[in-house]
Amino acid sequence: MNFSEVFKQSNQLCKVSPDGKYLATCVQYRLVVRDVSTLQILQLYTCLDQISHMDWSSDSLFILCAMYKRGLVQVWSLEQPDWHCKIDEGSIGLVSSRWSPDGRHILNTTEFHLRVTVWSLCTKAVSYIKYPKACQKGIDFSRDGCYMALAERRDCKDYVSVFVCDDWHLLRHFETETQDLAGLEWSPNGCVLAVWDSCLEYKVLLYSLDGRLLSTYSAYEWSLGVKSVTWSPSSQFLAIGSYDEKVRILNHITWKKIAQFEHIATINNTKAVVYKEVEKRPAVGTDELSLHNLTIGTTLFNTQSKYEICPPPVQVPVVKPDPDRANPKIGVSTLAFSSDSRYLATKNDNMASVVWVWDMQKMSLLAVLEQTSAVRCFQWDPRHPRLALCTGNTKLYLWSPAGCVSVQVPTEGGFQVQSLNWHCSGDTLILLGKDQLCLCYMDTDQEDKKTHKNTGLENKWIT
Amino acid sequence: MGEWWTTVPVGTSMGNYEISSISHVTMSPSRQNNLVSMQSSLSLRSSYNGISAFCTEDTIPQCISYINQELDSLGLSSTCIEASSLEGADLKTVPALNAMYELMQIHRRNMCTLEELEKEQLKKSSTLDHMQMNNSRLKDQLELSIREKSGLHETERQLHLKIKTLQSCLKTEKDEVQKLQSIIASRASQYSHDAKRKEREAAKLKERLGQLLVDRRDRKLAIDVLNCLGRSDGKRSHWKTTKAAASHEGEMYTSLLKDYEVSQRSLMLENAELKKVLQQMKEEMIHILSPRRPSTRGDNADASQEQADSDGEEKVGDFSRETLDQSCEHAREQLTNSIRQQWRKLRNHMEKLDSQALQVQNQLESNKEVIPRETHEDEMERMRSEVQQCKEFIHAQQQLLQQQLNTSFDDETAALLNDCYTLEEKERLKEEWRLFEEQKRNFERERMNFTEAAIRLGREKKAFEEDRASWLKNQFLNMTPFTDHRRCSSSDGQSALSIRSEPEMRRSSTKARLVTSSTHTTFSTPKPTQSATVPSTTELYRTLRLIPDSSSSRHSNRGRWQESSSIEDGDIRVKSRNRVRCGDLSIFSFGEDENSLT
Repeated sequence: MNFSEVFKQSNQLCKVSPDGKYLATCVQYRLVVRDVSTLQILQLYTCLDQISHMDWSSDSLFILCAMYKRGLVQVWSLEQPDWHCKIDEGSIGLVSSRWSPDGRHILNTTEFHLRVTVWSLCTKAVSYIKYPKACQKGIDFSRDGCYMALAERRDCKDYVSVFVCDDWHLLRHFETETQDLAGLEWSPNGCVLAVWDSCLEYKVLLYSLDGRLLSTYSAYEWSLGVKSVTWSPSSQFLAIGSYDEKVRILNHITWKKIAQFEHIATINNTKAVVYKEVEKRPAVGTDELSLHNLTIGTTLFNTQSKYEICPPPVQVPVVKPDPDRANPKIGVSTLAFSSDSRYLATKNDNMASVVWVWDMQKMSLLAVLEQTSAVRCFQWDPRHPRLALCTGNTKLYLWSPAGCVSVQVPTEGGFQVQSLNWHCSGDTLILLGKDQLCLCYMDTDQEDKKTHKNTGLENKWIT
Repeated sequence: MGEWWTTVPVGTSMGNYEISSISHVTMSPSRQNNLVSMQSSLSLRSSYNGISAFCTEDTIPQCISYINQELDSLGLSSTCIEASSLEGADLKTVPALNAMYELMQIHRRNMCTLEELEKEQLKKSSTLDHMQMNNSRLKDQLELSIREKSGLHETERQLHLKIKTLQSCLKTEKDEVQKLQSIIASRASQYSHDAKRKEREAAKLKERLGQLLVDRRDRKLAIDVLNCLGRSDGKRSHWKTTKAAASHEGEMYTSLLKDYEVSQRSLMLENAELKKVLQQMKEEMIHILSPRRPSTRGDNADASQEQADSDGEEKVGDFSRETLDQSCEHAREQLTNSIRQQWRKLRNHMEKLDSQALQVQNQLESNKEVIPRETHEDEMERMRSEVQQCKEFIHAQQQLLQQQLNTSFDDETAALLNDCYTLEEKERLKEEWRLFEEQKRNFERERMNFTEAAIRLGREKKAFEEDRASWLKNQFLNMTPFTDHRRCSSSDGQSALSIRSEPEMRRSSTKARLVTSSTHTTFSTPKPTQSATVPSTTELYRTLRLIPDSSSSRHSNRGRWQESSSIEDGDIRVKSRNRVRCGDLSIFSFGEDENSLT
């Protein structure tokens, strides 16, 4: 495992182009585009203000930079550095900006969710979509880029509009049976739209592309309901995480629950492997300042950690949420399927330092990763069944069915990994610190002859 | 005598009046008569004043008549005392004696009855005591239980009260709950109403805002593009027409249809698979069930019925097999029915088998009780004979030993034996000597190695000193104003510091090469902690290759400065071997190795 040098970045704005060739990072008001393989700067663009959002177009030819405070969007072309485009939303304000799937339209959501403005880069045409709903996930494009579903609110009722992205033709418009729609998401095959209600009511509705209600699912009443919803990449399962600390898996044929994963504080399951991160400070004596420590530099002052396997029963640390506060820190907030739909990783908010990995074939708990601090972010490798996670310290953690490893990021000045992103090839990982970023190259079978610092560090695979 | 009769009732009457009266009642009538006569005689007694004065010389005839009367009254009329002479003082002795004897007899009898009565009296009194005690005890108990009862009554009353209060509480609580529920409901409705109102207001505001923004003709609201882009698909954009809309509809439906087709295909595949499995299961069931039929000839009626059943089923089965390939609609019912029937049969069969197995087991168990005894006996017999044999053997050995002892007194043989022993001793000593020599040689060699190593260490130390000097120089130069120049020289990734660490780098890279050979996720690790500790003697020895190492022979042709890394290389090699052993998992723990090293 190799690590690149550290680069500056701001607002954690750093994205790899969809084709995987380029790496765009924002530093204050500058946009830097690098070649992923050599990390050489290819282009450097200067925006009008500090960039608050950045995104690649689907064809990796354009980059959108949004400056929400000024209500501005600037678009840059990779092929023609001279080409420029500036969209000013004016006094109406801007809260969100995104590409349409074809990469030729930009959808801007104005302040107060007054409307969604669709700007065409082909014709300079502008069109408005009124009544967008301000919610958790109000817009979703189908995976093939053909359709867009938009949550709307009119006359105190929830509606969903399905647009054809090609020419923004309104294909379907239907009322949903929700009290207060919180989000919608297309299934990966683009034929089913999952719609869920706000946390006050446990309700998940499944609509066909043509607006027919396929099924309704509600696990319980009265107490706080759905917290997160995720489709499996195979469109076979719909995982629903809720405030009752459970994940329910619906199947795609009957839309009934086929499994329920409970996040219990005491793990008695003998088939699940519990990896516990154990920290140990290296004992620093005067005679320990040898060559080794000098070369490693900062690691001398960092704690080392490794995973230990705990035999069941294992007690997982639980934080009781404050009942007087809104949005209590309890329930399953993050769900992620591995690329092969074989594994599901979950995080329960009142057990913030624990990531649970479930086997979707056996429908059972497979592994539990107990970290020493709260898990900030986890993401599956887009190619392999491999989970990367970070906890806001200087280490990167990886889980695979074969075992678990903790790796020290060997950079000076204590690079604290706040967030991470996989490269689409699955052999590079982008680690984002507070205002820095660093690339982590996974070992591939071929010995790569790159000119990066070869500083493999603390590594402990545990089976 | 009369005093007895008076004193006894008095004595008894001292205890209890009632009981004494009862005892009076139970007296025999004869005694009562006796008593009466006694009372009548009291007048006589008072006139004669004592027994001594009963009869005098003068009153003999009167006395005789009196006595006779008395005797008559006692029913002893047969014996009559007569005076021998009319006025003689002598009595006819015979009747007198008879009368006396009679009287004595009566007296004795009376005494006996008296005694009995006394005994009875005692018994009665003791029973009475007992009864009284019992009575008092029972009275106490009664009192106690009465008290208990009243206590229980009291508690019951209290509990009743409590229940009543609790019930009232419950009622109030229920009322409260209802009230609260209604409050909540009203609040919720109020809230939702307000929320809706607010939302409407917000919507109105938004509308107004949008209108205002549109009316104001926001100059800023603009797109500024250098030149328009072509569509990503290269086509020109279409006009929005009804045709386009229709085409969109069509596309949507085709995509939906496609998806349904895909799902249908997958379902069909799954269905076919399941059908296949079902069919196979059915066949196997039939196969399992068919050879059973001849075996269960036990009950003919049952068997024949079963036969008929299974025949029918087989027909159904064949039929269903035929229809299986047809639409499921028709076949389904038959198939499920036949499967169900077969399953039932199988279950019955299994149950039967179970019971049979149980029976067999029982039989076996019952047999076991018989068989072991015989086998035990056989075994015992065998063991006994063995013991006998052993004993004989021991005996023979003893005899032989005895003989040997007897013969060893021969001088010749003794000398011979002695010779033998000394020879053996000599040989052993020689062997030891040889070992000693070898060890000595080893020690010599080791010492040589040691000195060599010391020299080598000195040399290394010198090299290190030199390096440090150069590093310090570099450092110093870096601090001087010529830094830029210096930095340029070290900008190719290798700082002065890293020059020093070159061996480390090289080592880690070699290790990496060793490790990465099998997996995508292995990492090389220089261990700061393990190498930094003061090496133990064994480690030093191993480093100096004084202790033969499994890996040392392979590294013999390496440079001297690499020597120190041979341990780790060895380790890695061991690890990688381990890794190979555990297959493609390629996972290993450094933890243990660390422990073993530090």
